[in-house]
Amino acid sequence: MADPGRRRDLLLGAELALVYVFLYAPILVLVVLSFNASGLPTSWGGFSTKWYAEFARSGDLLSSLRTSFVIALAVTGVATVLGTLLALGLERAVRSTFLDTVLFLPAVVPDIVLAIGLLSFFTLTRTTLGIQTVVLAHVVFDMVFVAAIVRTRLGYFDRSIEEAAQDLGASRLATFFRITVPIILPGVVAGALIAFTLSFDEFIIAFFTAGPTVITFPIRVYSMIRFGVTPVVNAVATLILALSFTLILIALRLTRREARRAIDR
Amino acid sequence: MAHRRRSVRALAVLAVIALVMTACGEDDTGGGGGSDEGPSVPLEDQTLTISNWDAYTPEGLIESFEEETGVDVTLTLHTTNEDIVGKIQAAGGGGFDLVFVSGNYLQTLVDQGWAAEIDHDQIPNLANLYPEANELGYDPGNTHSVPYTWGTTGLCYRTDLVETSPTSWTVFHDPPTDLAGTMTMLGTNPWLLEPALLSLGYSMNTTDAAEIEAATQWTIEAKANLKAFDDTTFYSELAAGNTSLAQAWDGWCNYGIAENPDIEFVVPDEGSDLWTDTMVILESSENKEAAHAFIDYVLRPENGVAVAELVYYKVPNEPAMEQLDPALIEQFPNLGMSPSELLTYESLQDPGEAITLWTDAAAQIKAS
Amino acid sequence: MTGTTRGRRRTRGAADPGGRWLPRLLFLGPGVAWWVLLFAIPVALILLYSLFTRGPFGGVEYRFTLRNFERALDPLFVRVLWGSLQTAFIATAAALLIGYPAAYFIATRPARWRLPLLVLIILPFWTNLLIRTYAWIVLLNREGLVNRTLTGVGLIDEPLTLLNTRLAIVIGLLYLYLPLMVLPLFAAIERLGRSPREAAEDLGAGPVRSFVRVTFPLTLPGVMAGCIFVFVPSLGNFIVPDLLGGGKAIMVGNLIQAQFFQARDWPFGAALSISVLAVTMVLLLVQARVLTRERRLAARG
Repeated sequence: MADPGRRRDLLLGAELALVYVFLYAPILVLVVLSFNASGLPTSWGGFSTKWYAEFARSGDLLSSLRTSFVIALAVTGVATVLGTLLALGLERAVRSTFLDTVLFLPAVVPDIVLAIGLLSFFTLTRTTLGIQTVVLAHVVFDMVFVAAIVRTRLGYFDRSIEEAAQDLGASRLATFFRITVPIILPGVVAGALIAFTLSFDEFIIAFFTAGPTVITFPIRVYSMIRFGVTPVVNAVATLILALSFTLILIALRLTRREARRAIDR
Repeated sequence: MAHRRRSVRALAVLAVIALVMTACGEDDTGGGGGSDEGPSVPLEDQTLTISNWDAYTPEGLIESFEEETGVDVTLTLHTTNEDIVGKIQAAGGGGFDLVFVSGNYLQTLVDQGWAAEIDHDQIPNLANLYPEANELGYDPGNTHSVPYTWGTTGLCYRTDLVETSPTSWTVFHDPPTDLAGTMTMLGTNPWLLEPALLSLGYSMNTTDAAEIEAATQWTIEAKANLKAFDDTTFYSELAAGNTSLAQAWDGWCNYGIAENPDIEFVVPDEGSDLWTDTMVILESSENKEAAHAFIDYVLRPENGVAVAELVYYKVPNEPAMEQLDPALIEQFPNLGMSPSELLTYESLQDPGEAITLWTDAAAQIKAS
Repeated sequence: MTGTTRGRRRTRGAADPGGRWLPRLLFLGPGVAWWVLLFAIPVALILLYSLFTRGPFGGVEYRFTLRNFERALDPLFVRVLWGSLQTAFIATAAALLIGYPAAYFIATRPARWRLPLLVLIILPFWTNLLIRTYAWIVLLNREGLVNRTLTGVGLIDEPLTLLNTRLAIVIGLLYLYLPLMVLPLFAAIERLGRSPREAAEDLGAGPVRSFVRVTFPLTLPGVMAGCIFVFVPSLGNFIVPDLLGGGKAIMVGNLIQAQFFQARDWPFGAALSISVLAVTMVLLLVQARVLTRERRLAARG
């Protein structure tokens, strides 16, 4: 029993490794290009760290990053809560093929339509544009992604476990927190990751709903197209990657210590 | 349960109907507040929201304007004309005081009542404009816009990678063997159809369906000789040697030349277009005086020089062009093009209803 | 035990019909309200333009017409739509084939590894879309890394033209949307734990059989979600066909973008969007039906 399992694990692990190669090959190129002496986005002109210096100098790239981060964080918070509630509601409280279909629409409508629709709507309702309108806009499609992912966690398994708990006398609230939440948690986390990513790197809806005072990182980078997207953006991206990698490593070390402690206990 | 579903649906439908009715009545109100006649607010208390392309405003210009006038300026960015016009349209004509937009997009703003009339009395520096810059086809007399930069389109190529220097738009349709597969054309209208139209002897502003159809066929045939349609990376591809020849705006060709001096720019024998980027004040603006003051400030000779030195484009500002560093003109010869030569090219205008023909042509070309 | 629980569930439900509205309001209320206010109404505003005419220089004239829908059925657009459906389908199929084993592996790792492995999948997407696409241009160029490796290893003699082709578009789309396939799959697979697979294998089913008849169907909601999340954005994407396809092949997303921005024909853009939405709705309906069927089967068995 162990051997075929082992072999399968090795194969799957190798496949995942290849997937990572696919995902990170352009990233590697991107990182290398961040040291490109030439300003051209697609050809190499020698080694230089001048783009990192330029990033350190440029206030507006950094502030656009911060803006995008703040927006993405807010959006993730709201969308995760709303999306999870939607998933639970659709799975438990209302069984409706209509709602199931219609729920997905915000993720499915062309984003141009959503962008200009939202701006038209905000204009009609005299809503002041700013970070808040971008958050409002991003949550709309993000919550759908979260809902869809969390729904994959729900089904008949947990139902019977929940009922068993209630048979044994647990209150509805207790059942929810001690049984349902752990079941859906990986879905919620996966959904939150997607929600953050989709908001952080989103251009067109942010462009239309942000108003003149809010410049997000994608808006900043896209506006550079006209005169050349210089490697300073690559430098920024490399720094983001380096930071995230460090965080992952730290998280792994912390969890290893915890796991070891659990074993010792 | 069923009745809850029905009530959700009914609510949604009612909401939609309500909003359609308000939307239908809204189209003549437009955005923000109405226009002010006369300065009711002193200049230093006014604010200015400007939208421009990135790296298109000289460094320090905004700050020194703010210092001199006390006006608080917010500069925001757009990537293409289509983006900013789309934004203005979705906002019902509001959202900004002053926008930088190309001349062939002006007509749609004027037609929908969103572009304010320029009060020439408030802009004495208009006198700095070349006389030719007052007779541009999209806005003769500059009634609703003031030109910022102008230029033309042509062939931008690597002298060391081509056997014979190209001189005609037909190079895309019937290229010499060394160029086939290494050329790029611009992918958006009106420049997408430009080589075809000018080779066939038609106007760049044509609205004739037969002419557009012929140009479409020509371009589809030329497509086989192209590496790609490239609007954004063509000059860096030229500099890197991945492309040998590109249809390019003169200013953008200069970016290539700055990276690789083997690049040259030439206007083909059949002629070219004249494009203009302009400054437009929105009718919904409540800071029109500040907007006029800004335009006047931009038209100062030293600021005209700053613009040209920043973006390597020609500015229609006579004293500015005369003060331009001769070394710059030597490096980028197309900066030295005279206004009279520029005016021999067709000034780009909005094709009006025929634009759907143009857009369908583009779709056909790209889908073939 | 299952039997008694189910029996009791039925009685509890029947004895408490009026109490269903509170959980519904609580769970669905906020999401639906957001949906109506910030999605349905804004989008309806735009889609309603499809019934009106384009003004002479852009803008909308409120003259009723069905001409926009007639135009949407024009062979040119149908051809582009069909081509886009094909490309999107290939990208989705590739994403599923690549993403499922990866998600499965991650889902079966020890708990503390799962989150880091997932984050590693999504990390590339915290860099900017534009520079990632430029990086692909560098990779796929004639002198790019891919060609150089292939010629270096001796697999080919002449560099392949990879860029500005349909293949480049598929690779670009696949790259862009792979995480949107992997994460839902992960969520669905991880839910299973080891028990169903082991149970099936204990009963003598080979690994392939247990996968096809037990594991995969149980993860169907995740598969459907992942497929929709890859397929639909692929249809509507306009950056990848422009940059990686060299504008030589366009997709429906380019068409729609051109109508709204270049032609400034919002009515026709809206009509095109509706026709794309109609196609997508069919997919969504299929997805919803599959979910309902799976739920019913599960309840029975």
